[in-house]
Amino acid sequence: MPLPFEKPIEDLEAKIEEMRSYASEQGIDLTDEIGLLQQRLERLKRDTFANLTRWQRVQVARAAGRPTAMDYLQGAFDSFSELHGDRTLGDDPAIVTGLARLGERSVVVIGQQKGRDTKENIHRNFGMAHPSGYRKAMRMFDLADKFGLPVLTLIDTPGAYPGIAAEEQGQAWVIAESIRRMSRLTVPAVSVVIGEGGSGGALAVGVANRVLILENAIYSVISPESCAAILWRDAAEAEKAAEALKLTAYDLLDLGVVDRVIDEPVGGAHKSREATIQRVREAMQEEVAALVGIDAEGLQEQRRSRFRGLGRFRDAA
Amino acid sequence: MALERWFRRNRPTRKEDDNAPAGLWLKCEACSAQIYRKDLVANAYVCPECGHHYRMPVEARIELLADAGTFEPWSGEIQAEDPLEFVDTQAYPERLEKNRQKHGRPDAIQTGGALLAGEAVGLIVMDFFFLGGSMGSVVGEEIARAAERAAVEDRALIAVTASGGARMQEGALSLMQMAKTTVALEELAKRRLPYISVLTDPTTGGVTASFATLGDVIYAEPGALISFAGPRVIQQTIKQDLPEGFQRAEFLLEKGMLDDVVIRKDLKERLAQTVRLLRTGSARRGEAKGESRAAAV
Repeated sequence: MPLPFEKPIEDLEAKIEEMRSYASEQGIDLTDEIGLLQQRLERLKRDTFANLTRWQRVQVARAAGRPTAMDYLQGAFDSFSELHGDRTLGDDPAIVTGLARLGERSVVVIGQQKGRDTKENIHRNFGMAHPSGYRKAMRMFDLADKFGLPVLTLIDTPGAYPGIAAEEQGQAWVIAESIRRMSRLTVPAVSVVIGEGGSGGALAVGVANRVLILENAIYSVISPESCAAILWRDAAEAEKAAEALKLTAYDLLDLGVVDRVIDEPVGGAHKSREATIQRVREAMQEEVAALVGIDAEGLQEQRRSRFRGLGRFRDAA
Repeated sequence: MALERWFRRNRPTRKEDDNAPAGLWLKCEACSAQIYRKDLVANAYVCPECGHHYRMPVEARIELLADAGTFEPWSGEIQAEDPLEFVDTQAYPERLEKNRQKHGRPDAIQTGGALLAGEAVGLIVMDFFFLGGSMGSVVGEEIARAAERAAVEDRALIAVTASGGARMQEGALSLMQMAKTTVALEELAKRRLPYISVLTDPTTGGVTASFATLGDVIYAEPGALISFAGPRVIQQTIKQDLPEGFQRAEFLLEKGMLDDVVIRKDLKERLAQTVRLLRTGSARRGEAKGESRAAAV
């Protein structure tokens, strides 16, 4: 299913395909015509994706086929061996953790995993973690600290799960604790927002030295739908809320919430999965390489001052 | 002079910020008893008949906790900007200005230094009546500054929370206040200074999921709603009725999430006692222990 604004692109792609098969069936040379249409297609894609509204970017961030954390774990790392469980309550499939190789380095990876189909989405609870998931993440922070391994987190969640058991088991408590625990890491930490950075559930694993975001990913204090339901009293106003919330990659770069935007191939990550995964791999390698020379105190201090300095205010009148 | 300004700002010329029914006489929402408003106020906004705890104004909270004449305001020097140029049904700067006028403070928080039954503390009191006590850049900054100042001045820190969560109108910057307040609390941890949070009705969302639940000791007031996700959101998600007393202080005490539920009448003495007990441990007062020790807290 194309996203609504992708329809003209898909139509043109279909037309080019049609001309190709017509040319080969009829044995005629339409190379020039097809070339012109190809150029037009590239222009259309570029223009469309350069001018996406914020709400359209929200749709790209959530698009089916967009690489998920698992896709990066398999494609952006040289090896990945999953480690399960929080040692208290269970193993939360919404957060995948383990040991990985990134080039010449061993690292600890924590990824928030949405499903790639309905069945997996149900298994992964649509990427919405329970307290158990954050406990597992904290266990990985300990492991990384103990063995001096850099931490990489891949952020992609609509938010921490709002359910009865999650509340009873202290969803707020574990998020707060995870924020604190991550801020205390003595090893380099790099976070990449790969899809949806949904509020506290995302920040819990986002207190990194460097916070990166893919061009069409979003990071927000609240989902546009929930924001619309509260402020406009109508979830259907999500488009307005998305505009107001300034939740796109470049908005967040302006606000200082993220440090670097990783551009996606034209047409979005869901159309160029491998190329996107490679770009993320390269960015992660560069960032980790720039941090490994800093000592534990320096890393803690850099992380502390990065987050301590966020916010906008002025002297009271 | 800051102190003078604070008192001037808080002259009782407006309706008090509480959630008790209006009127000189009112019917308690919990027990239906007829109560004289003055009696309710004199009883720290607790129903004299049934003990129901109403939300109370910030000034009354400070009066409840601080020894008479010892409260010295710290906050109020900064005010919010509008980094997103946020407009919903109203522009954010207008919303802010109305709240400033109405509540007599720049944002949803008052911090200060005080003596609490003789113990020197930093005190943070959130104002739920100011934009739902929501945490934006100013609230986050005031909390961070209060934590840092308490650390420098060798004081314990007490935070009385009441908040709907992170402030939507400042977008992701509000979200980042969760991390900002958390890292600022490290200054107290490094010096082994107690940080105690008191969760009052209601404490929800990003405030609950950051500094509010990071107390060395966490107390709550009776009946307080304390949650990450609000009850309505959960109901809409799971489409079932919620258990009796769900997300209330007593329920969370039973689940092991709180150290105790403390009635308002006892709160000051309990806080002072807790501070005293923690501060007479062998960790020396006022001494920074360095990053590696702090990491092990």
